[in-house]
Amino acid sequence: MDLPVWQALYERLKDDNFTIIAVAMDSRDGDPLPWVEAASPTYPVLVDRDHLLADLYNMTNVPQAVWIDEQGAIVRPAENAGAYEAFRARDPKTGAPSESAMATLADAKRTYVEAIADWVAKGPESEHVFDRQQALDHLSRPNDDTALAHAHFRLAQHLIRLGRGEEADAHLGEAKRLHPDSWNILRQAIPPNDMGLAVDPDFIARVQSLGRKHYYPPVDMKGMPSGDPPTAD
Amino acid sequence: MTTVLTEQGPAEIEAAPTPDTDALWLAPAEAERVFGWTLKPEGLCRGEVCIPVPAGSEADYVADGAVNIAAFFRRMGKPVLTSRDRDVWLFGESAGDRAAQLESLEAPDFTLPDLHGKPHSLSDYRGTKVFLTTWASW
Repeated sequence: MDLPVWQALYERLKDDNFTIIAVAMDSRDGDPLPWVEAASPTYPVLVDRDHLLADLYNMTNVPQAVWIDEQGAIVRPAENAGAYEAFRARDPKTGAPSESAMATLADAKRTYVEAIADWVAKGPESEHVFDRQQALDHLSRPNDDTALAHAHFRLAQHLIRLGRGEEADAHLGEAKRLHPDSWNILRQAIPPNDMGLAVDPDFIARVQSLGRKHYYPPVDMKGMPSGDPPTAD
Repeated sequence: MTTVLTEQGPAEIEAAPTPDTDALWLAPAEAERVFGWTLKPEGLCRGEVCIPVPAGSEADYVADGAVNIAAFFRRMGKPVLTSRDRDVWLFGESAGDRAAQLESLEAPDFTLPDLHGKPHSLSDYRGTKVFLTTWASW
């Protein structure tokens, strides 16, 4: 959970014309509250029950981030916000995380956070800021199916709020079918387990079937992990 | 009463009942109030953009002084969905419009509530660098 990481970064940089906006992709009333109370963030934490941000910025997972400059221009389009899929390297017998994968995870987050600090200090001169062409090259664009999937998701959330869950399920199903790459849509439809995590056999099977595909795609940034995802070994 | 969901949030409208399940007929004033599109002689217009009524199928778009807003949205490639009883309609944005907005590299604006229900817009933070990030309790 990133909120404490962002809080430390915000404390460090908030007087440098910088803010963090953390948007919770939580559709169920009250779900984000305990997490927010534990982290006591002083930057804005917003709630996006309808996943409007995923629709606007073509996001498919959390955490994803966009860097926006003082003029409102995107200088890094939606990307994995420094997360690393260390969870895929758990020992299959004991469930223990791999030490090397956990070290890579910590390094990745630190590198990503320092890149943000470099941008805040240097602005467009930071090596982590994309120029126009680089930003366009890194942009992922929605297609007709993803746009329709987000429409189904929004209608479903409204129907759920009206107490019409059964009718909503059909629209959630359509959203999942039309946008199979969206972990946001898939996981929102999974009831939380004992640990509050949206993990069910279908989700686990989907992650396992990723093979060499990434759950958190590598960030195109110096010092960030690249190459194949880690495996249990 | 019919609820219309747009990016601006829900709106209640008076819609004329129709046997055509794909149609949502509105008085032009309602279309303008809820969607910001105005019926003009050249078509349905917003700002500089006008969507002409396709020749030969006029009656599917404009009839008896009413506008079939669903037909116009579909013609623009925008998703239009309805609930089973057609008491809730969702009007989305097309992939092309979304992509064009992203390609402008001007960060799409949005307004969302914080945990106390207070609305915040991205545009409130113009003049500041913004690290916009998502997370989830799940």
